[in-house]
Amino acid sequence: MDLFFQQVLNGLTLGSIYGLVALGLTLVYGILHVPNFAHGAIYMVGAYVSYLTMVDLGYNYWVAMACAAAAVAALSVLCERLVFNPLRDAPPIHDKIAAIGIMMFLEAAVQMQWGAEFRRMPTPYTDIFNIAGLTIPAQRVLIIMGAFSLMAVLHLFLKKTMTGATIVAMAQNREGAFLVGIDANRVAMMTFAISGALAAVGATLFAPINLVYPSMGHLLIMKAFVIIILGGMGSIPGAIVGGLIIGFTEAFGGFYISTDYKDIIAFALLVVILSVKPTGLFTKGVR
Amino acid sequence: MLKIENLTKRFGGLAAVSNVSVDFEAGKINAIIGPNGAGKSTFFNLVAGAIAPTEGRIQFQGMDITGMACDRIARLGIARTFQSTMLFEESTVLDNLIVGHRLRTQSRLWDVLINSKRLRDEEKKCRARAEDVLDFVGLSHIGHRLTADISQEEKKRVAFALALATDPELVLLDEPAGGINPEETIKLAALIRKMVDHGVTVCLIEHKMDMIMSLAHKIMVLDHGEKIAEGTPDQIKQNPVVIEAYLGSDDDAAA
Amino acid sequence: MGALQKVSGFIMSPAMKMLLILLAVLFPLAAGNEYQIYVMALAFVWAIAVYGMNIVTGLCGQLNLAHGAFFAIGAYTLAILTVDNGWPFWPAFVAAGAMGALLGFLVGVVSLRLKEHHFAIFTLCVGFIIYLLMDKWESLTHGTLGIINIPAPHGFGLVDFTETTPFYYLALVFLVLSVFFASRISHSLLGRTFLAIRISDDLAASLGINLMRNKVLAFVLSTTYAAVAGALYAGMVRFIGPAEADVAHTFDMITYLLVGGIGTLMGPLVGTLVITWLTQSLQSLEEYRMIVFGPLLVLLVIFSPRGVVGSFTAWRARRRAAAREQQARQTASEKVPPQAGASSIKKGAGNHA
Repeated sequence: MDLFFQQVLNGLTLGSIYGLVALGLTLVYGILHVPNFAHGAIYMVGAYVSYLTMVDLGYNYWVAMACAAAAVAALSVLCERLVFNPLRDAPPIHDKIAAIGIMMFLEAAVQMQWGAEFRRMPTPYTDIFNIAGLTIPAQRVLIIMGAFSLMAVLHLFLKKTMTGATIVAMAQNREGAFLVGIDANRVAMMTFAISGALAAVGATLFAPINLVYPSMGHLLIMKAFVIIILGGMGSIPGAIVGGLIIGFTEAFGGFYISTDYKDIIAFALLVVILSVKPTGLFTKGVR
Repeated sequence: MLKIENLTKRFGGLAAVSNVSVDFEAGKINAIIGPNGAGKSTFFNLVAGAIAPTEGRIQFQGMDITGMACDRIARLGIARTFQSTMLFEESTVLDNLIVGHRLRTQSRLWDVLINSKRLRDEEKKCRARAEDVLDFVGLSHIGHRLTADISQEEKKRVAFALALATDPELVLLDEPAGGINPEETIKLAALIRKMVDHGVTVCLIEHKMDMIMSLAHKIMVLDHGEKIAEGTPDQIKQNPVVIEAYLGSDDDAAA
Repeated sequence: MGALQKVSGFIMSPAMKMLLILLAVLFPLAAGNEYQIYVMALAFVWAIAVYGMNIVTGLCGQLNLAHGAFFAIGAYTLAILTVDNGWPFWPAFVAAGAMGALLGFLVGVVSLRLKEHHFAIFTLCVGFIIYLLMDKWESLTHGTLGIINIPAPHGFGLVDFTETTPFYYLALVFLVLSVFFASRISHSLLGRTFLAIRISDDLAASLGINLMRNKVLAFVLSTTYAAVAGALYAGMVRFIGPAEADVAHTFDMITYLLVGGIGTLMGPLVGTLVITWLTQSLQSLEEYRMIVFGPLLVLLVIFSPRGVVGSFTAWRARRRAAAREQQARQTASEKVPPQAGASSIKKGAGNHA
């Protein structure tokens, strides 16, 4: 039974990180209809910025997280301005290829600068709680709480602020948003910034229990895509629920089926679901 | 020619087309009008088989085509154009049209790999057909131009030609004069008449009222997915329901 | 202009193709060392795979991100059959192509029900599953160790394909065959059918084209090309590992395709050769090639999505159109009275009629 709860904890940890990354991806998709293949690399850059701020510059964990969020948000906005904005009216295959180009560049650049070796990110929260037979590392608690509070903040931002409301409006109806005079450029930049910041925070939370290396975003971005397809591309609650589904499936699948193949589980799930229902799980009848 | 009974299409809970019955005669120009969001394009998509209806029946030349796949319906003789013209900009106008007759050919992969006589004959046939339809729409002189370099009105004509290359009995034109200036609109209307004179039945969606009123033999008016009127242009102009729902408010703007 | 016209006319002529083949045949004699021949042979093998990608992505418009994985499937099928099951090279080679086609069919039937982005993402995942299987399914694939001692193509006692130069000619033969069939496909009604699908699914369907059947056909053709190239690769390099299925290979091929010209006939070859030799000439770049490739891809899709060959053919088509119009205008002005003149054949003249 303890092992079962241990897996629940694992699933929750994984799921909350997946959710954060998928949220950024789904927001960008909702606004620009670009599947941002570079999002995983953006996440990776976030991890490196945090790592370097902490290890090389000696700042504390939270400062590093803030720096990473700011730097990566700026990087995302730069990508939007320089790449995705000029391609707004191009055939859909072009922005996918451009996104892949950004991804290739970021990974190679990081690898050239800091090498391909695995790095371990330090964390100030190394305590391990033992509650009722469960082993709970503090970092995992931090991940879960951090991720969910960030989701809550995002939710409030989208619901309660004007900017948030415009993002939601534009995600729901691009043409309509133009008609009522929403500045599409501003919203697009805003969305990319939020998406980048979410990825950077996710990376800073997750990296201490994982490793930092140039291709660390590969698997994650693919899983994030699986998640937003499951949750409906562009759907915010879908990304969170989808993240948790994949997180739990992996935790339990890895434990009860096979650790070797645990990374395949998410993709196998996608293949099965899309084979049965090509539009995804939670999409509604419209379109 | 086209007989539609109780056609309904619901998206989720919303009915985009609701219980529409109508009869379109062969050799006539039939128009569908209505305010934005009245379900006109959905109606076309249903007839062309791009989407399947929730309820109702569509008969084409006495054959039930309800729920049939789009490509089969095209082979039976229903062609269409789209609101935004879709052409391959990087090749010449003529090259764009050759594929239009593909559906009347039989060649398969094997023919292609060995370059069989059947394939060569069929390619000749498709090219000849492309030249014919290009001539028909009056563009033979720009057949060798890159599609990216021709005007919007010319692109509309190429789209007509592409539809005609499929040897259709019925052509559905979705806003053929959209984005076209008044002078060229008149020429496009003449081309539509010419199509009908050559035995093709036309069904079109259009917002330009003066064009519709002078061109159409029969008009069906949709509003909120429902048919609110049908008749000759004169009947429609005088129909109080139509004036209430549509013409009254839009007439001045459209004229 | 005359000289330009002649050069561009020559580039498009059959004589140019003969010249290219001749140059390729003579290349080993001109090459400074064996390594250059090896690099060229390897480039030919990759070009074959890129031709496959061009069918499904260039002609048919479906971005298949599992293409590299199908390359690896060809390589692994050949390696497993020859090394672990004792098959001779050529039957295993045929089997590798067949495996590419069969798996391509199965994946295609499922994945091509999805549109655009969903399809790209789905194939990305399929590629990754294939990679993971190669990495983890040790009993079949030898896992991370990979498969060594793969036999070279059997030369029937006549030639020894373990030597670089004979293998170069073998690769050349396969490349020429690949280009030949690619040319048949792209210039035929089938190629036009694929192109209609690339423009838009809705348009193609309204022209009576069966989307699923044609997309699956394009997909199977492309995976077969990839698997054949992969099998050749295995016979050349004679050692393979899960890294062959790495998605980076797919990205490399996208770069080749885009540089050369997506959807064009000679684009895959031009792109592969240009990039391969550029990378070679900057030895230090090999590992960090993505630093250049990445921005290159972005710049290409923004500023020159047609690539080298596509820009050339578009430029040529424009010149020819202009020349023809000028010709038409001249003949017209000779026939009609001067006051109607050149403008009378312009479409604006219809207003007076």
